[in-house]
Amino acid sequence: MSGAEAVIRVDSVSQAFGAEGDPRRVVALESASLDIARGELLCLIGPSGCGKSTLLNIIGGLASPTTGQVTIDGHVVRGPSPQKVAFVFQENTLFPWRTVIDNVKLGMAFQGVAKSERQERALQSLRAVGLADFCDHYPGQLSGGMKQRVQLARALGLKTEILLMDEPFAALDEQTRMVLGEDLSVLLAQTGKTIVFVTHSLAEAVFLADRVAVLTARPGRLKKLIHVEEGHPRKSNFMTSSKLNGLRNELYELLHEEIRKTMIERGEVREGA
Amino acid sequence: MKKPSRLAAHLVQLGILVAVLGAWYWATLPGGINHLLLPPPIPVFEGFWVLFTADSIWPDLLVTVREWVTAVLLASVSGCTLGYLISRSGYAVRVFDPLLAGLYSIPAILLFPLYLLFFGLGPGSKIAIGTTIAFFPIVLNTIAGLAYVDKAYITAARSMGASDFQLFWSVMLPAAFPVVLTGLRIGCIVAFLSILGGETISSLAGLGHRIVSLAENMETSRMFSNILFAVLIAIVINVIVTFAEARGRRGMQ
Repeated sequence: MSGAEAVIRVDSVSQAFGAEGDPRRVVALESASLDIARGELLCLIGPSGCGKSTLLNIIGGLASPTTGQVTIDGHVVRGPSPQKVAFVFQENTLFPWRTVIDNVKLGMAFQGVAKSERQERALQSLRAVGLADFCDHYPGQLSGGMKQRVQLARALGLKTEILLMDEPFAALDEQTRMVLGEDLSVLLAQTGKTIVFVTHSLAEAVFLADRVAVLTARPGRLKKLIHVEEGHPRKSNFMTSSKLNGLRNELYELLHEEIRKTMIERGEVREGA
Repeated sequence: MKKPSRLAAHLVQLGILVAVLGAWYWATLPGGINHLLLPPPIPVFEGFWVLFTADSIWPDLLVTVREWVTAVLLASVSGCTLGYLISRSGYAVRVFDPLLAGLYSIPAILLFPLYLLFFGLGPGSKIAIGTTIAFFPIVLNTIAGLAYVDKAYITAARSMGASDFQLFWSVMLPAAFPVVLTGLRIGCIVAFLSILGGETISSLAGLGHRIVSLAENMETSRMFSNILFAVLIAIVINVIVTFAEARGRRGMQ
């Protein structure tokens, strides 16, 4: 992706929780810097608590960094920018008292889309995720995978250039997330959006990403960027390719010691075990 | 499988009712309990019909229902407004939520003698006691509903650009609605119970007033007819508010 212009610039961003000098102070992120190119899909991966989600929230303006800054198209992020950035969250944030299509339309209402446009656009984005037949269902009537597709449809309906996805498939079983991952690759190749995708899954990261950013154990720093040279959309046979496996193993090596460090710090395993 | 078991449950309920009536009848047979203490069921049911004709109950019913409606309106408006204002700030919730919950556990009926002094023997003191008692479940449920809306909903709405008004109208209100509705239902019921209680303690008119003056005149049979009527009104109120709550929930779904 070198040469393409950076749409998101993360400039030595640190995030700490608790006051300086407080023994309970936690530094979640430490001077992370990263440029994300237009149209790129970047995966953030790292051990639990390394600040992946924190970084995503800072990019989306849902949290403000302790030091450093994020710019989008040259403008410093100071709060949510619904015209440019849409989120897909890990937890189900669909409103249970509204039907599927009304959920999608409500997002547009919040963003300021004219009422006359909402119906058509909502149908379009539900068709894109294959749920046009479930418009009048309530979220409670859908499976976990379907709910996440509706959340994706709601984000797509906002027609933002940037999509931030915070472990959207984390709560799903492996088979469902495999299928959703393939669909996502196809869908995203069509839209040309700039995407930052947080995940725990090594295979998912390699399968989806143009670049994978590996973060260290807390405090999270950028450890390495891995390029995945493979065109989109990616087919299911890429999942079993030796190329994917090679990159996955490389990620595993990088992450292995970080994960052990995290667990020793938490007292979940003993040192040298 | 479901239908027969539900029918069976209703049959058992009906059986219990019949058994109670049977026991009542049996206890009042010659040689049983003195009719001054426990009148036999048949004259009580006959007296029940007289309530709507010669022994007109309507003026007293009107008094009680008026007191109830006024108390429910006052408690709903004040409880919901105050609950909303408190829920606006996390600090206020931490201060007032335990305070109000603590006050709720004090038997508010103890205030009734004071209310009699303040508002007199008429409807004023009943409205005051009904409002006081209904206020607490309403305000507490309003706080619980609005202050504890899932943060994930709020974050999601904010990320999509929701304004303060949109956030309140389209997210907070519908999310809190079922909990607030439960508070209103409980408020309606306890207001009625406490107003009847107040009327039996000291009053000039109303259903409770009739019952207590019949008791003082040793007219137990007529008193029982009136009690039966009050029970029926309580059941009707319960059915109406439960139905309204279910309707409200469905409407907001």
